[in-house]
Amino acid sequence: MNWLDNNILTLVTFVPTVGAVLLLFFPRRDRDIRVFALVISLLTFVLSLHLPAHFNRNLPGFQFDKNVAWIPMPNIHYHMGIDGISMWLTVLTTFLTPLCVLISWKSIHERVKEFFILLLVLETALIGVFVSLDLFLFYFFWEATLIPMALLIGMFGHGRRIYAAVKFFLYTMIASMFMLAAILWLYANTNPHTFDFVAIQNAIQSGQLANLAGAARWLFLGFFVAFAVKVPLFPFHTWLPDAHVEAPTAGSVLLAGVLLKMGTYGMLRFNLGLFPEQSRANASWIVVLALIGIVYGALVAMVQPNLKKLIAYSSISHLGFVVLGIFSFTQAGLNGAMFVMLAHGVSTGALFMLAGIIYERRHTYEISEFGGLATPMPRYSTFFLFIVLASVGLPLLNGFIGEFLVLSGAFQAKMWWGIVGATGVIWSACYLLWMYQRVFFGKVKHEVNNSLPDLDIRERVALWPAAIIALVMGVAPLLWLNSIDPAVHNALVPFSQLASRLVGQ
Amino acid sequence: MALQTMQTIPHAADYIRILPEIVFSLFGLLVMFLDPIMDERRSQRTLGGIALAGAIAALAATLYQAQAHFWGLGFFGMVKVDAFSIFFHFVVAAAAILVILSSYEYMEVQHIRAGEYYGLILFGAVGMDLMSSAVELVLIFIALEISSIATYILAGFRRRSAISSESSVKYFLLGSFATAFFLYGVALMFGATGSTSIDRISAVMQEYAGSGHGPLLAYLGVALMFVGLGFKVAAAPFHVWTPDVYEGAPSPVVGFMSTAPKAAAFAVLLRIMFEAQAPGRIWLIWVAAALSMTIGNIAALVQDNVKRLLAYSSIAHAGYLLIAIASLPADGIPAAMFYSASYAAMNIGAFAVVGHFAGAGERYVTLEDYSGLGRRSPALAAILTIFLLSLIGIPITGGFFAKFYVFSAALQGSHPLIGLVIIGVLNSAIAAYYYLRVIVVMYMREPREDTPVPPIPAGLGIALGLSLAVTIYLGVLPGRVLEYAGRSVNLLH
Repeated sequence: MNWLDNNILTLVTFVPTVGAVLLLFFPRRDRDIRVFALVISLLTFVLSLHLPAHFNRNLPGFQFDKNVAWIPMPNIHYHMGIDGISMWLTVLTTFLTPLCVLISWKSIHERVKEFFILLLVLETALIGVFVSLDLFLFYFFWEATLIPMALLIGMFGHGRRIYAAVKFFLYTMIASMFMLAAILWLYANTNPHTFDFVAIQNAIQSGQLANLAGAARWLFLGFFVAFAVKVPLFPFHTWLPDAHVEAPTAGSVLLAGVLLKMGTYGMLRFNLGLFPEQSRANASWIVVLALIGIVYGALVAMVQPNLKKLIAYSSISHLGFVVLGIFSFTQAGLNGAMFVMLAHGVSTGALFMLAGIIYERRHTYEISEFGGLATPMPRYSTFFLFIVLASVGLPLLNGFIGEFLVLSGAFQAKMWWGIVGATGVIWSACYLLWMYQRVFFGKVKHEVNNSLPDLDIRERVALWPAAIIALVMGVAPLLWLNSIDPAVHNALVPFSQLASRLVGQ
Repeated sequence: MALQTMQTIPHAADYIRILPEIVFSLFGLLVMFLDPIMDERRSQRTLGGIALAGAIAALAATLYQAQAHFWGLGFFGMVKVDAFSIFFHFVVAAAAILVILSSYEYMEVQHIRAGEYYGLILFGAVGMDLMSSAVELVLIFIALEISSIATYILAGFRRRSAISSESSVKYFLLGSFATAFFLYGVALMFGATGSTSIDRISAVMQEYAGSGHGPLLAYLGVALMFVGLGFKVAAAPFHVWTPDVYEGAPSPVVGFMSTAPKAAAFAVLLRIMFEAQAPGRIWLIWVAAALSMTIGNIAALVQDNVKRLLAYSSIAHAGYLLIAIASLPADGIPAAMFYSASYAAMNIGAFAVVGHFAGAGERYVTLEDYSGLGRRSPALAAILTIFLLSLIGIPITGGFFAKFYVFSAALQGSHPLIGLVIIGVLNSAIAAYYYLRVIVVMYMREPREDTPVPPIPAGLGIALGLSLAVTIYLGVLPGRVLEYAGRSVNLLH
């Protein structure tokens, strides 16, 4: 058991890559490739369940720690570890990947091998981002997510896929250059030089970094820009709708479900963790951007004629909640932000799967092409309704808990933050339910839609887990919050110290 | 006086100190000798095999030479074996091996006569090896000429093609002009310091450094030598020849001449700039580096010919490498050495793919021709993708650490080159776009059916496998190579 505890993070991270390498040598028989990819992704999921099962929430700091020297010069360590925050994001990734494999079963029929190899490599990179505790390793995985994702969009996407893939790649790559610069600065100014997150955090908190005072603002911004583009925070969001609309379904699911959370995770871990004072100093304008994102994303979503674009803009709105929660610096706000991340991953992932299912049947995302689908596809519309309600934030489903916590945190921080944020809940009900009405209710407007087949068994297998989790998260949020709460508490320690110091003066 | 009489006859160990050069020369002579007496149709493979054996033997000779008791000066203080020279000997020999392997089938496809081709690669390698171990400016000049003349001829080897001849003539004319500048610089340096030995120059420079003012002639000498070397490494503003020459020359040769002679020229530059403590280093190189990166990358954005695109990219990479030479020696020297090694691996690999894909007469070299390569030849496309990602500088490839070390070297010390690093980082972002264009075309465009893709032959396969392995190795475990490169810091400084 001890060996497993030591190496579990390495296993979870690299089992998908091993699977991808094995796939390289697979014969080009599509069915076998799919089954194998499913087995690998399920195996990864099962392995990752070891983490919550053996996670000790009474311990502060990082667990399942693995720290070995990798490259002596520069001093790079292979350092992995998780706390309550990164653990659940890891599990979210491993949870969504098998669903992605299932949902791509039929829709990918050309270059199947390449598709699943890229999907598995992407999974490794995503998990790596969450479990890395060495800034270099983190940056490596961060950049590594770009290539498989851009290729997934560019090779398997729809119409303007090349434009979307290149835009996605360049946007995020250029932004992360700033983060790299900040990381290198931290490395050069620590003594002894280190990329270790924990060591750098300690050095900053104990004031060992000599030149920090002048540079902190730029370092904060360097990290922040990279994360803000990824989230995406208004006004850095323009790559997202393009990427989503053109991406294949599995790409969208992982993009919305996990990739965007890399940004908010980064803010939580690095911006707050390393630069608490700067976070406080910059919070006001960041929250304003988040609020603009909430309202703007919702309003733009409302008028989208394209189903996928609507969901994409709803992501901008939801991720605005996460940023709002993070920069409220309250226990409730941060807990809520974490919970929204997970809930959004599940429900928006499921929404994209549902959109993909209808696309497979009709090859269009235009809402006007549908209408009255509830009659020919009762099961599909039930699932859709359930997920829409979860996403809207109906109590007892997962969206509600997170948004409620975020808003209560925002109200604690500043009244008007909460008020503006709360309108977002109303907006999301508007655009999602209106969309639902236009797609599923009324008479069947187009003859083709009458003969659409309902969900088959594979699609139901892909959707059930998401629906069940959405319900469980809504009914028993403590299962998650129990381990999130201590980690969030840790993250906020410097802030309470900061506050008491300010009061003391 | 006693010293001089003692040294009229070289020691036996002196020959070990030029062992790789001797091996290269012997095998080169053997190839040239066998070429006329062999049946032309069957000579290709045999001569290739001999050349390959020669390059491997030179690699072994380098390893033999690497034993510590052979280190030191030889031939009356003209050559020096140290970690630095061994590193570059290794790079040159490895580059020669990869190029010979990847030329194997290329020669048959292009109907190129093998004899002189392989002979010239080996003779060129002699010059490059000597460039990295010579510590005497006149010998450096001779080595530079040996390596240059071989590459001038190699550039024109596609005799049936007009652009290849154009390439050769252009390279020759501009190249001789540039070497003349170098020689002029050597003369001025001699005038300024009274010696052509790098050790002696270094001592004189230190005296001047003590008295506060350096000799004007020395500044001029360094600047002129830099013109000559800047031409060899294709650094702006001496880069104008590069795209035309690279476009016309045979692809494996481009792979060779964009890496091995460049590495050797950088070795000379490092010796002159650091070991001889040349004055006026930083600004000279600052400007050249900034210009090379910017001009190279921006011009590459609009190229539709893959060879020209890679030519401009190679100008840009010379710029990144120059950043290291403008940095402090402690970090700059290993960074520059690491960069030349990793650039050699990825660029030879990329040109090997390009050469193979180009087909007879190098017909398929435009970006359009690469459409859908990912579907028509998944292996070739995947390999080229990895090389291109390395050229972009994506982690787990050698290109990433190369850039990383260069930038972090530039940020060390009390006067970090922040401006240069910013220009470099912005340039790497621009560069991502055009490398990505190739990847996009390969994977995301529909294939054009009229361009056939021959299967990968054995020799090329081995060459690609090796360069891929080196690229990935340098990207995953760069520690050992960097540590070895770091050993030469004290020797040079």
